[in-house]
Amino acid sequence: MTILINSKNEQKESLQPKGILRYFSFSLDHKVIGIQYLVCGFLFYLVGGSLASAIRIELASPMSDFMPRDVYNQVLTLHGTIMIFLWIVPVVNGAFGNYLIPFYVGARDMAFPRLNAVAFWLIPPSGLMLITSYFVDGAAQAGWTAYPPLSITTPQSGQIIWILSVLLLGGSSIFGGINFIATILKLRRPGLKLMQLPMYCWAMLGTSILVVLSTPVLAGTLILLSFDIVANTGFFNPVLGGNVVVYQHLFWFYSHPAVYIMVLPAFGLVSEILPIHCRKPLFGYTTMVFSIMGIVVLGLVVWAHHMFTSGTPPWMRLFFTIATAFIAVPTGIKFFNWVATMWGGKISINSAILFSCGFILNFVFGGITGVALAQVPFDIHVHDTYFVVAHFHYIVYGGSVFVIFSSIYHWFPKVTGRLLNETLGILHFAITFIGFNLCFAPQHWLGLNGMPRRVAEYDPQFQLINQVSSLGALLMAISTIPFLINILLSLKNGKKAGNNPWNALTPEWLTTSPPPVENWEGEAPLVKEPYGYGNPIISKQENTKKAI
Amino acid sequence: MTSLENTTEIKQSSEVTEHHDDFRMFGLITFLIADGMTFAGFFAAYLTYKAVNPLPEGAIYELELPIPTLNTILLLVSSATFHRAGKALINKDNRTSQKWLLFTAFLGITFLICQLFEYFNLPFSLTDNLFASTFYALTGFHGLHVTLGTLMILIISWQTRPKGGIVSHENMFPLEAVELYWHFVDGIWVVLFIILYLL
Amino acid sequence: MLNKNYSLFLLISAIIGISFWIGFNVNLLPQEASINAPIYDELFKILFIIGLILFIGMSLIIIYSLFKFRRTNGQTGDGIYLEGNLKLEIIWTVIPSIIVLIVGLYSYDIYDRMGGMKELNNHEMMHSDSEKIWAGISESSNELSGIENLNIEVSAMQFAFLFNYPKGEFISGELHVPVNEKISMKMESKDVIHAFWVPEFRIKQDIIPGQPTILNFTPTKVGKYPIICAELCGPYHGGMRASIIVEEPSDYENWFNQNKKTKV
Repeated sequence: MTILINSKNEQKESLQPKGILRYFSFSLDHKVIGIQYLVCGFLFYLVGGSLASAIRIELASPMSDFMPRDVYNQVLTLHGTIMIFLWIVPVVNGAFGNYLIPFYVGARDMAFPRLNAVAFWLIPPSGLMLITSYFVDGAAQAGWTAYPPLSITTPQSGQIIWILSVLLLGGSSIFGGINFIATILKLRRPGLKLMQLPMYCWAMLGTSILVVLSTPVLAGTLILLSFDIVANTGFFNPVLGGNVVVYQHLFWFYSHPAVYIMVLPAFGLVSEILPIHCRKPLFGYTTMVFSIMGIVVLGLVVWAHHMFTSGTPPWMRLFFTIATAFIAVPTGIKFFNWVATMWGGKISINSAILFSCGFILNFVFGGITGVALAQVPFDIHVHDTYFVVAHFHYIVYGGSVFVIFSSIYHWFPKVTGRLLNETLGILHFAITFIGFNLCFAPQHWLGLNGMPRRVAEYDPQFQLINQVSSLGALLMAISTIPFLINILLSLKNGKKAGNNPWNALTPEWLTTSPPPVENWEGEAPLVKEPYGYGNPIISKQENTKKAI
Repeated sequence: MTSLENTTEIKQSSEVTEHHDDFRMFGLITFLIADGMTFAGFFAAYLTYKAVNPLPEGAIYELELPIPTLNTILLLVSSATFHRAGKALINKDNRTSQKWLLFTAFLGITFLICQLFEYFNLPFSLTDNLFASTFYALTGFHGLHVTLGTLMILIISWQTRPKGGIVSHENMFPLEAVELYWHFVDGIWVVLFIILYLL
Repeated sequence: MLNKNYSLFLLISAIIGISFWIGFNVNLLPQEASINAPIYDELFKILFIIGLILFIGMSLIIIYSLFKFRRTNGQTGDGIYLEGNLKLEIIWTVIPSIIVLIVGLYSYDIYDRMGGMKELNNHEMMHSDSEKIWAGISESSNELSGIENLNIEVSAMQFAFLFNYPKGEFISGELHVPVNEKISMKMESKDVIHAFWVPEFRIKQDIIPGQPTILNFTPTKVGKYPIICAELCGPYHGGMRASIIVEEPSDYENWFNQNKKTKV
């Protein structure tokens, strides 16, 4: 049975609010929803970043002297929770996914536009609820991992609000995942095969499979945890017969795939950005697809590497060591392929490329420490220390956040019709790259030498290195200034971008900037070779335009 | 491949409609996989506790079989009756379809009543011990699904009315969707019955 | 042509050479004070060197590409239409797989030498069959030589460690141990999850409520080292520390005799 889809799914164009109000409405347009995700996510990034600044100010001195100790724990809990559930996951999935996927599959919108809007609108209230929990009776303070019994014995209201918020955010993520899978598999325009899709679609397909399979387990776990908190059950409370390690297994079953949910879409975005600015096809399309699927499968069976010191039996630790180490293979392949994409190209040195190259350097660094952490004997010394903090920040900040910035520089012209200022962009990159590495590189040494994580006070011998790290954090905070100035100025006075400032081949560039409501005038273009750069037949038309 | 296929084909039409296979069922199936994974998490926890956390001395955790067995039969029959409702609708017989749907809802409500009856007659309560807690959590979560499903069946049966209802031979999706959901809930119950009661 | 290959060979050798030099000369770890520590440091060096080679190599390629293949002003036109190279892709699938496998097997060996694979359920500290002991890391032991382990029971709570010496029937806030003797600790928490970490020993084990965990080690250097709680346990987590004092056997005996309960 076939169904007809009208171009805007019954939402009459004339009834939509105009201008900026559109972005505050329950819009069903995937482009509007994508921007809503992006701006909302960025605002939460600023909140999470302020919390990080508070942490780094506290850590500039070895004593706990900047804020009360329990407030510090609330700050670090909210920092992690906000950055993961309100910034990175929504933005790399919801913002870019919703904006780009319909273009890439040649559709007018996502498969379920109403579900899409619901998924977005779950986010602002959940985030606000989380932040304001501080003012109720204190926020959650057991870390974003919320291990019981600590999460059961700390003040209840903060933890319950945290659980509720994460449940809603998880639900939003699941709805998004369902939408992406259906859109990619079912909504492709006639003639467009799966293996002709831009790589970001494959990345989102893999990510969404992880979302659908693992997020519900977190939901179940948090429901059980909430019972322990309010109903005095003993799922994870040893005093009442429960088991704390079971919580950890259930929690990490989601939370390990969660890191791939944060990084795989970023991989996909880089695969879109590099070929365009290097004027070369993406190297090794088929292996890239298989790598994504390899990461998805392996990502589901490595969770207990977060539990090497928890009290798991030796055979289990060994299994998870080997499985985790093997993820390095498909991931490494992707990096080699990106480097090969750049090699022999005609690279434009601009903000988008610089942030993508920064991503590659940072993520290789983080990936190496990751392979080290995967080895049980190595992890035993550095588990729960600043070494781990350094590792994952190289991955999520040096990785995903760098890609988010790269993507903003790359797609801002398409979304707004104006170019961003390159000088400010390169300045933004330089300060961010230097600040980020200054902040997190020294933390590896801190962990190796005895500084645990989630502490407000530490051995005074670590003070100088901590201050260096805090200086880096200050630079990271400052780096937002040229970025925000750039965005605001360019929205008003930026040079007009035109349809295709990058001479790109993927479908979103074959329409106006910004695109019309139905994405293209007329039928969706059939792009069988999204990376056909250098192919004389394909590129001929684009090459005659003036390069930027 | 030629360059023609890589360029835009401009059609000067403002009302472009596209035909796609109905993917709404696909979306529902994906959702049910997600929902199933929540149950999977609960089952994994239960089985781990069973293997690793012994019941403390003096703790009571005993389950009787008659009521749950009756409940299993009720649900399985209800899946069959729902199927009948679908068949009737294919034959454009809205009245019969409605009757089967109402019967299914009735079976669902009976299930819930039996479940409550079982709850009130169990020798243990929610917080008595780990297995008691897990039992109530699992059956409660499932019961929630049955409640939602029964409500949806009642709504669908109202919408299947011959005059003015939107569910019909031409628009079968709402009924098919709720039917799939109901079969899913039924399937979860069978797994639950085996793991909690029989194992 | 020969020149180019030679330069490449030279470059790769330089990278490997520098990485090895850094790996062996830059010390990023605290002092080694247990029998475990040198074994750990050996693994660290290998991982560090491999990591350096990879990171330096990748960084150089990227930076080089940004310069060599940059688009100069006014240059339109694309790069090479190269969609892939099967041979190359096989090479950089197979070689990393081999490296990962070797590193994994090597880690297994290290883990084994650190006592990680040791069967713990037959431990003499188990009092009854029904009490489950959850695995900590355990050294390959001196059990063959018939030397008895020094058994200590560790209690962790918000926000302190207590050390119970069953043989002397006393509890101490400081952990004293004789050097070069095998120590066996059975640990349990009174409230939330804590952890026992001595960086100089390179060992760590979570201390959980409801299930005892075991940690064995042999200190090899006299001195005072920090015991650090390494699992978020509440507001004073950062301040939850104790000390382990490794002493000569005679000093340890003195301390032990001063503290032990004398029979009435």
